[in-house]
Amino acid sequence: MAALLSSVVRKAPIALSHLLRRSVTGEPSAFSPIVSIALRWSAKGTNNRRIHSESCLHHGEYEWKDPKSPDEIVNVTFIDKDGQPRQVKGKVGDNILYLAHRHRIELEGACEASLACTTCHVYVDGEHLSKLQNATEEEEDLLDLAPCLAENSRLGCQIILTKELEGITLTVPKITRNFYVDGHVPQPH
Amino acid sequence: TMNSCKGISARLVLVRRFVSTCTRQNTSTRVGIVGSGPAGFYTAHHLIKHNSNLHVDIFDRLPIPFGLVRYGVAPDHPDVKNVINQFSVLAESERCRFIGNVSLGKDITLAQLQPFYHALVLAYGADDDTFLRVPGEDLDGVLSARAFVGWYNGLPEHAHLNPDLSGDTAVIIGQGNVAIDVARMLLTPINILETTDICEHALEAFRKSSVRRVWLVGRRGPLQVAFTIKEFREMTKLPECLAVLDRADFEGVRELPADMPRPRKRLTELLVKTADAVGSEPATGSRKEWGLRFLRSPVAFLCDQQRRKVSGVKLEINKLEGDPLSARAVGTGHFETLDCSLALRSIGYKTKPVDKDVPFDLKGSIIPNLNGYVSTGLYCSGWVKTGPIGVILSTMNDAFETADTILNDLQHGNLPTPSDSGDVLELLFTLPGLHPTSFSDWKLIDQVEQSHGRPKGKPREKVTSLEMMMNIIRTHSAQN
Repeated sequence: MAALLSSVVRKAPIALSHLLRRSVTGEPSAFSPIVSIALRWSAKGTNNRRIHSESCLHHGEYEWKDPKSPDEIVNVTFIDKDGQPRQVKGKVGDNILYLAHRHRIELEGACEASLACTTCHVYVDGEHLSKLQNATEEEEDLLDLAPCLAENSRLGCQIILTKELEGITLTVPKITRNFYVDGHVPQPH
Repeated sequence: TMNSCKGISARLVLVRRFVSTCTRQNTSTRVGIVGSGPAGFYTAHHLIKHNSNLHVDIFDRLPIPFGLVRYGVAPDHPDVKNVINQFSVLAESERCRFIGNVSLGKDITLAQLQPFYHALVLAYGADDDTFLRVPGEDLDGVLSARAFVGWYNGLPEHAHLNPDLSGDTAVIIGQGNVAIDVARMLLTPINILETTDICEHALEAFRKSSVRRVWLVGRRGPLQVAFTIKEFREMTKLPECLAVLDRADFEGVRELPADMPRPRKRLTELLVKTADAVGSEPATGSRKEWGLRFLRSPVAFLCDQQRRKVSGVKLEINKLEGDPLSARAVGTGHFETLDCSLALRSIGYKTKPVDKDVPFDLKGSIIPNLNGYVSTGLYCSGWVKTGPIGVILSTMNDAFETADTILNDLQHGNLPTPSDSGDVLELLFTLPGLHPTSFSDWKLIDQVEQSHGRPKGKPREKVTSLEMMMNIIRTHSAQN
């Protein structure tokens, strides 16, 4: 049974319409009850996946839009968990957390920028730290929970880009050891 | 023939729910994770992100996922639960599969599960209590804070806790974030609770509750409180509620050493500020109050002669020895009594061993490990690994560490080859009485909960019985 179904699943993406046609025309098939159930179920699953990923993109949609003019551009450097610098072109109004996500920088945002976690903790370079808006009491309370808290610690989701922040460098804290001794850099999925 | 027809259609029903989430190839790395809370999901997230030829099965003993994110985080902290969105996307992705209603130790053993995977990760958290082991702990009205949290959050095994909220004073032993959560739920105005996902049975109980005073009792002093500043600040801002802190408790901590870590410093300053403000606020309109009692250890719970119901707690007064950051409580031989009608023990969750083949450190109540590695092909993640302390952030970092250990072992050829190349579901279907659930099944229950909550102005009305969950799933299967 399972072998049968896994073979259906492997073929499903390519042969979906073909199999549908067969069950509609009523051609005899020993597999058709299973196939039609599987098809209904996998179609439902796909729809739900689409809806779900849309609702996740709702946060951070703005950051996916390119700058409309050079005036809007704010150059940002992220230092990722492995210490590699990544230079990205943000724009005025971008939220650092979602800008990082757009460029596949590994910065978690568990609570989706609602000041309910510390997973977007970053270090801000000295020159730009004072140009940021002061952290609210709420942000300061959360920062108290961040491991390796430093003077220049901030929550990425609370930093909104302005022209003044041109050239800002944000360092993602190193949490785990780098296991890839041969220099391999893990590719984003 | 009836039985075999039922058998075949039952198998059809079961298999189809898992079908489209499983696109595994036989050459890919297969990882099994036991536990679908933050530890389990973050381990899966990191593994899948860093290896494109890897599939993960996430198991849970409950039919529905998310562990403490669903059952531990307080109803009035919905934003902390946003992480469920990320976990859901993962659960529905091609290389991840949720398999619920399968309990390691009860339904299946480690020896039965391990053969299907290159690596098996134990991430089942801590669902037991640390006990005080004092006389009277078994009286009516002496409850586990963990069970109380499960009760208001709809955990099926605590749905019938039925706490008696008819007295006016509750004492919570412990000064951590769980203790604060419980205190806050007992004192929050009902109109605020009414728009959260708190369970109806708890909402009813809180509506009728006459508890108006809550004490949080700690065996050490202000510098050793385990709760964090965000939670404490929230308490100070509770509507219609007064903080009753004794200034005398804070005399020794007004001057703090310059090298005191920032989090402790800020929290202590807020404690002192709150204590200093006592008496300066108008008392009118405040029908409820809460306070912290320091340097007190419970030695017995007391009851009336006639009934086995708690009426108070006998406390020994302590003094502190050692430097402030690692001070120990030492009893002085002096005692006092605190009256109460409800006592909650909040001195820590505890992991328990679930399978004889899992090494377990009984003293520390964790699985012994090195960066998550337990033995060949066996790993652990989250509270079973670190002990039951930490918020989602720390569990996430810990899960990433275990995932990195697995990825490293994979890279160096240190993972065993699964001796069973089949699908674990084939085994699960043959075990009598087992009804594994899928992520789609959770989505059905999710829809039901949301649709029941909407007319009440709540984000959801949780289904609190396992039977009802399985009925929802079965009914839907039958209709389709």
